[in-house]
Amino acid sequence: MSESVAAPLAPSRDLTSSNLLRRARAALVAIAFPAAVLLAWHVSTHGQKQGLIPPPSDVAVMLWDLAFGGINDDAFSATLGVHVFASLSRVFGGFALAALVAIPLGLVIGRVAAVRQLLDPTIQLLRPVPVTAWLPLAMIIFGLGPRSAFFLVFLGAFYPILLNTVFGVRSVDPKLFEAASMLGCDGGAQFRKVVLPAALPSVFTGLRLGLGFSWVVIVVGEMTGVQTGLGAIIMEARQLSRTEVVICGMLVIGIAGFLSDRAVLWINRRLLAWSPGHG
Amino acid sequence: MAEPTMPILEIRSVFKDFMLQGDRIEALSNASLKVPRGQFVCLIGASGCGKSTLLRILAGFETATRGDVLMWGKPIAGPGPDRGMVFQDYALFPWLTVRQNIGFGPASRGLGKAEVKDTVAKFLDLVGLSRFADAYPHQLSGGMKQRVAIARVLANDAQMVLMDEPFGALDAMTRERLQDELLDIWQRTKLTVIFVTHSIEEAIFLADRIVVMTPGPGRIDSDVAVSLQRPRDVSAPDFNEVRRLLSRKLHSHHGRKAA
Ligand SMILES: Nc1ncnc2c1ncn2[C@@H]1O[C@H](COP(=O)(O)OP(=O)(O)OP(=O)(O)O)[C@@H](O)[C@H]1O
Ligand SMILES: [Mg+2]
Repeated sequence: MSESVAAPLAPSRDLTSSNLLRRARAALVAIAFPAAVLLAWHVSTHGQKQGLIPPPSDVAVMLWDLAFGGINDDAFSATLGVHVFASLSRVFGGFALAALVAIPLGLVIGRVAAVRQLLDPTIQLLRPVPVTAWLPLAMIIFGLGPRSAFFLVFLGAFYPILLNTVFGVRSVDPKLFEAASMLGCDGGAQFRKVVLPAALPSVFTGLRLGLGFSWVVIVVGEMTGVQTGLGAIIMEARQLSRTEVVICGMLVIGIAGFLSDRAVLWINRRLLAWSPGHG
Repeated sequence: MAEPTMPILEIRSVFKDFMLQGDRIEALSNASLKVPRGQFVCLIGASGCGKSTLLRILAGFETATRGDVLMWGKPIAGPGPDRGMVFQDYALFPWLTVRQNIGFGPASRGLGKAEVKDTVAKFLDLVGLSRFADAYPHQLSGGMKQRVAIARVLANDAQMVLMDEPFGALDAMTRERLQDELLDIWQRTKLTVIFVTHSIEEAIFLADRIVVMTPGPGRIDSDVAVSLQRPRDVSAPDFNEVRRLLSRKLHSHHGRKAA
């Protein structure tokens, strides 16, 4: 049998000058808008001594002081590390716990009709309840403090992971089961060799959404009765009318959320090279 | 070992009903067929006459409502590696490379690593895809995917290959090439092939024997032996003669159709 089709197997990374140029242009386009916003912010705020919104330069100085200290030497100085660490550990702790519960549960719900009939109505009923609406109840159950925040993160990440896992398992092409069983792969082996890999792209979609939600929820969770964390620092700064600190907190959350999403994407890309939509 | 006269496949008065929203659909009614080992059989017939249903019963994906389906005299009970299905839309595992797709069956049957590797190499070569061994299905053309699907069932030692319009989604040129390649493999391996197609020409080009089916209810209407010399020439007068005969058989039923 002859093979004449010479399709390239993987998009090779050609580093020709035109490609470099294209990348540089993409990078320029990507920073153009933030740069414009920064400029507008600067123009509209600088020079006003009594302004409600601090100019970007004040925020930059504050961010430095928050991270390393040595400028204001007040209660906020050099505390950023502690707050970032507190939020990170809650986000990743809650998220990891959610993944640990939601993925196996989703696999079982997707696969076993009896479990689905038992749990699905409850899940559908609780799903529309916003995570923030759980806050008062969480504070009653877990008390004021980091445990409530942790719980909210767990809850926020739980649903996207669960629902996407169930969806992934349910939408495996039935032909693949037939193909597997005709090739001698049955029962438990089929779960491992067909269901798991087929559901993986969906699971990852769930993980990404879940982690994104975790960052949304953590701030809400840390806004009441917690001493550390990015949500706490924003809340405290608001009460002290330190708007530049509030903006610093927002920036750091944005960056942390962005980086953690990149991390998931990176893992995703390694595991799902086979999937045209994910690879 | 079975006696030489025993057919590899025997279908005895098979009926298959489906329930569809309270209606009973007779997908197959009283189908009988005996296939000797090594024969290339084409099933042809109008849409809805039960070709896929029959093939899926042979594969073990469906069970007959009534009747017996025997392979080497033993009832077929569920899917098994002795029968391999080649689907129209390939049904390759998208998360496995070409190599891993072909090795899936041998690995599932518990062959050792070295043995799996050898088997895969052999069938990669047979279908001419050695260069693409580490590609994923989404990186292949339709024709290449179907070659992988064929190699996958051959690597699993299937004695009977069931093909449901396997080349239906391919362009004419790729289709012709795959027909040649399939015949080549069939002649070398002495496989038994049950091949569903909509194309009279494809059936005559490939088959030792063409089974014509008619719908409403799905029945086997006639059974035509094709004794043209191989390789066959689609423009030869005797090829045309068979084409005319089959065309008449297929179209004579259209007027009787309920729909
Ligand atoms: N799972 C099913 N449930 C209900 N009815 C079915 C099912 N599978 C097939 N049928 C019905 O059985 C009949 C035969 O279908 P089948 O798919 O075997 O036809 P076919 O000859 O393969 O048609 P085509 O050439 O269009 O592929 C049709 O009327 C179809 O609607
Ligand atoms: Mg069909």
